[in-house]
Amino acid sequence: MLEIRGLAASINEKPILNGIDLEVPAGEVHAIMGPNGSGKSTLGYVLSGREDYAVTGGTATFNGVDLLAMEPEQRAAAGLFLAFQAPIELPGVNNANFLRTALNALRRAHGESELDAVQFLKLAKAETKRLAMPDDMLKRNVNVGFSGGEKKRNEVLQMALLRPKLAILDETDSGLDIDALKIVADGVNALRRPEFSALVITHHQRLLDYLVPNKVHVLLHGRIVRSGGPELAKELEKSGYAELIAEAA
Amino acid sequence: MSTGASGFLERFEGVLGKLPGDSALRAAAAAAFRASGLPGDSRGRRIEAWKYTSLRAVADAKFQREAAPRHEAETILAGLPLLDAPRIIFVDGAWRDDLSAIAAAGFARFAQQPDFGTLTWPDREPMVALNTMLAEDGAVLDVPADHDGGVVQLVSIAASDADFHPRHSVRLGRGARLTLVEISVGQGTYLLNTVAEIHVAEGATLTHIRLQDEAASAFHVSTTYADVEAGATYDSFTLNLGARLSRTEVHAQLTGKGGAAHLNAAQLLAGSQHADFTSVVGHTAPGCQSRQTVKNVLAGKSRGVFQGKIEVARQAQKTDGYQMNQALLLSPFAEVDSKPELEIFADDVKCSHGATVGELDAEQMFYLRSRGVPEAEARSILVRAFLAEALDAVADETIRARLEAAVEGWWERQAA
Amino acid sequence: MAAVTETLDTVQSVTQSGYKWGFETTIEMDFAPKGLSEDIIRLISTRKEEPEWMLEWRLKAYAAWLKMEEPHWARVDHPPIDYQDLHYYAAPKKRAGPKSLDEVDPELLKMYEKLGIPLKERAILAGVDPDTVEDRQVAVDAVFDSVSVATTFQATLRKAGVIFCPISEAIREHPDLVKQYLGTVVPTGDNFFAALNSAVFTDGSFVYIPKGVRCPMELSTYFRINARNTGQFERTLIIAEAGSHVSYLEGCTAPQRDENQLHAAVVELIAMDDAQIKYSTVQNWYPGDANGKGGIYNFVTKRGACRGARSKISWTQVETGSAITWKYPSCVLHGEDSVGEFYSVAVTNNHQQADTGTKMIHIGKGSRSTIISKGISAGHSNNTYRGLVRMLPGAANARNFTQCDSLLIGDQCGAHTVPYIESRNPTAKVEHEATTSKIADDQLFYCRQRGLSEEDAVSLIVNGFCKDVLKELPMEFAVEAQKLLAVSLEGSVG
Repeated sequence: MLEIRGLAASINEKPILNGIDLEVPAGEVHAIMGPNGSGKSTLGYVLSGREDYAVTGGTATFNGVDLLAMEPEQRAAAGLFLAFQAPIELPGVNNANFLRTALNALRRAHGESELDAVQFLKLAKAETKRLAMPDDMLKRNVNVGFSGGEKKRNEVLQMALLRPKLAILDETDSGLDIDALKIVADGVNALRRPEFSALVITHHQRLLDYLVPNKVHVLLHGRIVRSGGPELAKELEKSGYAELIAEAA
Repeated sequence: MSTGASGFLERFEGVLGKLPGDSALRAAAAAAFRASGLPGDSRGRRIEAWKYTSLRAVADAKFQREAAPRHEAETILAGLPLLDAPRIIFVDGAWRDDLSAIAAAGFARFAQQPDFGTLTWPDREPMVALNTMLAEDGAVLDVPADHDGGVVQLVSIAASDADFHPRHSVRLGRGARLTLVEISVGQGTYLLNTVAEIHVAEGATLTHIRLQDEAASAFHVSTTYADVEAGATYDSFTLNLGARLSRTEVHAQLTGKGGAAHLNAAQLLAGSQHADFTSVVGHTAPGCQSRQTVKNVLAGKSRGVFQGKIEVARQAQKTDGYQMNQALLLSPFAEVDSKPELEIFADDVKCSHGATVGELDAEQMFYLRSRGVPEAEARSILVRAFLAEALDAVADETIRARLEAAVEGWWERQAA
Repeated sequence: MAAVTETLDTVQSVTQSGYKWGFETTIEMDFAPKGLSEDIIRLISTRKEEPEWMLEWRLKAYAAWLKMEEPHWARVDHPPIDYQDLHYYAAPKKRAGPKSLDEVDPELLKMYEKLGIPLKERAILAGVDPDTVEDRQVAVDAVFDSVSVATTFQATLRKAGVIFCPISEAIREHPDLVKQYLGTVVPTGDNFFAALNSAVFTDGSFVYIPKGVRCPMELSTYFRINARNTGQFERTLIIAEAGSHVSYLEGCTAPQRDENQLHAAVVELIAMDDAQIKYSTVQNWYPGDANGKGGIYNFVTKRGACRGARSKISWTQVETGSAITWKYPSCVLHGEDSVGEFYSVAVTNNHQQADTGTKMIHIGKGSRSTIISKGISAGHSNNTYRGLVRMLPGAANARNFTQCDSLLIGDQCGAHTVPYIESRNPTAKVEHEATTSKIADDQLFYCRQRGLSEEDAVSLIVNGFCKDVLKELPMEFAVEAQKLLAVSLEGSVG
């Protein structure tokens, strides 16, 4: 599904990614771990097309299509979803309005009929209920005045409604209590099916207890330095990154 | 003897050629002044920049042609809250060697080294035109690159019922530092019309403190132009306490990347005083910062004016501009006029301004009174707190203490 | 939920470009010769079958205008206007007067359709009995160029005692009311453009709501310029007697033209004790082309007088059109505890220039005012907020709150804020806040990551930015306004 070869990227001419090779087959969940500043978030941004990052080398294809050549909204239409580490506030923009606009933009891109307000609300309310979110979350402005946990849950709600093929979760677990963590994991697990993949960026092994990955990769200085099964996460939780950093040095 | 603009022009005809410096420049300024007249004078044009301040009273006043001291400059000087630092003293607009104490080099008199500079706009500012016509003396201060000039006090004492037009020039070399404390006081009915040109070169810092405590019947007009280069800081604070009518006008241009301009002020007015603080901050380079907090406390029938403009040029991206104007009206006869203005031509900027006008916060008053503080005292506590916030902008504790003492003096005068 | 539906539909439907309403109708016109003189004013007065006092009033205004100079304090630039090169009177040729709607020119009805006048109203214009129309009712006094040609709902309004008619008719039919109020809020010599309007106004609306009456429907007038080189000088007068309520809607669209056209309207509102007037405008005159050629010059004087205690006047405007907008809907708050409001969205794109804002003059004790202004500049345009808040000595405990926000789209435009705050009462409180910003890159990226195109994202964020104003609009206008915002900003990104 996702194939990354030698991907290099920089911001303000400072290299962040230095040749990433990664393959996420359909139906798999991969975790990306690594210390602060290793390039985890950058990978998410580069894959979703944020403009301030310059791709300086390598390729990334999504179901065989060149991802890097597409506009951000085309990548979204192709089925890529990024759950932001720090979700953006949109003052004055109603959450339901935003979600329906996004959903209908995707439906339009897929040649599907657009949902009217009634159909949409039915769908959205079912999802908020499933994610144990209060209904008024739909009425509030996008992320404005949301607590940290509410923002993260709002990202999961969007993911649930937009039903992506590939979800990149950028530290969606940070700052969540255990109940919220389960909700996030359940949200992703509910989407798990043969044609869905996820790239879970996290600091902690905790989320991976609920969202068991097929593979774990460790990112360091913009490169994947180690890959393994779920047990690698547990190992890192115990030993930390010090050893890996020493190895790389 | 004519008064008003024509009086000044007649005088100019009389002294033309006898004054130092470029007489063609003076003649051009006179032509501009002839066209504009004094702001607010019925014979003059209406000027938006002088919307709230009229110099009609200046036009009607009869100033003596020659300075003829009626008061002892030494006595006035003795009463000043001067610091133990170099002082440059002007009496009736003329430098007084006997009263001054200048340890540092880099000082010259305008009378001997006349330089009108390049920043002023006599064709736009009538009072700058008037100054350019008639300026005779002033201070020229040069702080060499990477040199710390310490504190220098520039004092103007008026002892005659005349008009004075000092012309100052302050230049800080790259990385230089200076704290300039400008004090203006006097006795009698006079007009002090100062123009100062300030250059702050790359990485230099000028702290400019002004204490205006002129005589109750005096007119005080002061126009400052500051050119702030890359990474340089022009940090100014003005405290206006005296004068029947004062106009403090500051034009700061941020011409290099990463420069900063702070134009803070407080005005305390009573009786029928009128004080106008007008500022224009021009962001012409990217990544500069400007900060402005101006507070007015208005008692009696006084009138406080604030006009502040932030101009951001097309190329001045990443500008960070902030402006706050607050006024406290302590009397039903006082008036405040405020015009905080933004003129923005760049899109990636953070500019905001706020203005509040009103009396003391009723809840705070009630809180103090419920704790047993009598109303008058509660009022005084809250007004002082309001002013203290403004004075907080002065980082140097010794100087701030002198300013606080001047504020206390003002309160005592009101109580008397 | 309907509003949200509409919003979404609106945002998505914005794919067309250019000025959607730029068509011309081919109704035969009846012009007065070009130029302005006492004779032209006499001709206008005669054509309007006006009484002698009205002519005198006009001539007095004309005499005042001759002594005045065109104002240049606003931040707008335009080539000199030749006031002698305009037609001051144009009317569709009368065919014995459209006494019934059947007689209305089918061209005109077609035009309403293109203008997007709601189906229901078109049905009414086409002759359906108003009483059979349910739901929200909207009365339309359609001004086609200078002459009102159709007025609906007269029966319903008459039953309530409301007078809603062309002002020319009011001058003939209700001279006492007109005489008593006309020019009392905006005097003939108030300013250059108001004086010009007073001398030559050809039509506009007159509304009178009697004591205690809540107007049974929204009153709506669609103005439209449709003749080459025809100055438009509408005059509107709304009087709300004690305890009455009225909501008045005004919408403008104009056909595409190359030559600049002058528009100088005057609107006067009067609210007595406990009366409330809500005046909403969506202004979409032709803004000129992308190179700044053509477009309407819109010099408008709008002012309301809150004469009575607890009276309230609320202005809401969405200004997207015109090459030049010069407009300051104001409130004079005489009445104790009276309330003035100004909610404004002004969008400028390409080479448009807007200098707009308000004046809140507080005279009465306890009077309150709120100013919310949202300016959006794009392209090479300049957008200025200019506002005055004045607290007079009698305005004890008066309050004002002002919030002015500017949004810049692109680095070739300008956004300016020029507030004047004057207070002479210590118990009065004024608070003013202003900010300038741009659409943050991360906001755009967030929306695009969710699948929105850049233009849709901009439109969504801009609508959010304007929400505090748009929510003040009556429903049917809110929808049109959102559509207009999107259309006005087309091509401003990317």
